Amino acid sequence: MIRLVTRDLALAVRAGGGFGLGLAFFLVVTVLVPFGVGPEAAILGPIAPGILWIGALLACLLSLDRVFALDREDGALDLLATAPLPMEGIALAKAAAHWLSTGLPLSLAAAPLGVLLSLPWPGHLWLALSLLMGTPALSLIGTFGAALTVGLRRGGPLLSLLVLPLYVPTLVFGADVARRGAAGLDPATPLALLGAVTLGCLAGLPFAAAAALRVSIR
Amino acid sequence: MPDLGRYALEVSLAYGLSAVLILGLVVLSVARAARVARALDRAEARRNG
Amino acid sequence: MSLWSYANPVRFMGATRPLVPILGAVAGVCLVLGLAWGFFFTPDDYRQGSTVKIIYLHVPAALMAINAWFMMLVASLVWLVRRHHVSALAARAAAPVGLTMTLIALVTGAVWGQPMWGTWWAWDPRLTAFLILFLFYLGYIALWEAVEEPDAAADLTSVLCLVGSVFAVLSRYAVNFWNQGLHQGASLSLDAETNVADVFYYPLLVCIAGFVALFGALVLLRTRTEIRARRLHVLRLRERMADA
Repeated sequence: MIRLVTRDLALAVRAGGGFGLGLAFFLVVTVLVPFGVGPEAAILGPIAPGILWIGALLACLLSLDRVFALDREDGALDLLATAPLPMEGIALAKAAAHWLSTGLPLSLAAAPLGVLLSLPWPGHLWLALSLLMGTPALSLIGTFGAALTVGLRRGGPLLSLLVLPLYVPTLVFGADVARRGAAGLDPATPLALLGAVTLGCLAGLPFAAAAALRVSIR
Repeated sequence: MPDLGRYALEVSLAYGLSAVLILGLVVLSVARAARVARALDRAEARRNG
Repeated sequence: MSLWSYANPVRFMGATRPLVPILGAVAGVCLVLGLAWGFFFTPDDYRQGSTVKIIYLHVPAALMAINAWFMMLVASLVWLVRRHHVSALAARAAAPVGLTMTLIALVTGAVWGQPMWGTWWAWDPRLTAFLILFLFYLGYIALWEAVEEPDAAADLTSVLCLVGSVFAVLSRYAVNFWNQGLHQGASLSLDAETNVADVFYYPLLVCIAGFVALFGALVLLRTRTEIRARRLHVLRLRERMADA
């Protein structure tokens, strides 16, 4: 299982693996926002946590369709299915690799990008923390969505339609942590709820993703 | 026609839009049911005849 | 003889043939009666004026929008556990009906909100939750359309329905947390204190009965269509095999 994670990570970092793509996308979205809403710090500051969360969420979405698609094309997924590793383990490993290659770098990049959007000071830390806690849920949900759509020819747009509504609770709590942190309020309640969402996803979604995978490669 | 007062537009809009949606759904469902049933009858006839 | 015997498509078709026109007639009578009663013979509310008449569409549609999803959840579970095709097809048949009900609830709500709250739309928890429900319906229907192999489609959509239900409930409480509401509390509940006044209550009940019957008739009709379509698909495959 660990070998599967490292293999996927190596594939992601290699050229054309889409590792830098998500980060670049995140950066571009963040840079574009001030052009859209104007450069005043009074406007940018309050919406910065939400914008950065949505940017990170979309960047996560960007690399989701590769989670299983490449392995399916070259037959590696069928091999994995016959391996002694249970399907749930495969789904979990895939989600972990996706998180390490997108969620983690995005969380680390968010704090510096907060400077661009004139995020008030303690907000950077809370933003990074909330992303660190929330992006695993995004990767797990995304892996489930990818497992639902592996067998399809035009899975990409459908994947977004399926996954984005599922992102709502994570986004609500995550952005609220960052917003409260930036405003100097106590973010403990949404932080706890965000943690609960992530742990719940971790406990349940690998099973759902495995069930979908079994059907998709049948 | 009852006197709807100043909200006549809103009330009739709500009833009108709902009627369009419900009738649209009913018409589409019935049309598809008839189309599929006809096609199935033809296929069964080919198979048996 | 148990309920499960209707999982046989032939028996299901036989049993539901008379049901569709009966339920359709009940739905038509109840809707015409209830809506006409509500529209012509109930007084205006002293604060809401005539917009109170929108309740006869809004509340039943919202009720059915949620119950349709619940029915899909049950049908999906039955398919996953007992592998009855009729169940999977019933879930598929209910989705567009639920989608339309959600849309009616949203549209009538927006039309009512404009004069009452002074806005077509507000990011109120209930409204937002319904919008999210609408997106779930869209995703569910899109997945059914996208998967070609019928059994795989039934499996995948059932899993999506289960996971989606959990997340729909979660979203409902998440948005509660995120914003305080404009929307009033439940219009109907079993403890009578919060209920609407009797003049509005009885026509509303008739309308709800009408919507329930309409939902039943449409779902049965669409399930019958899906069963026929599946049979047609099989027959065409056989013909092609015979030709080849």
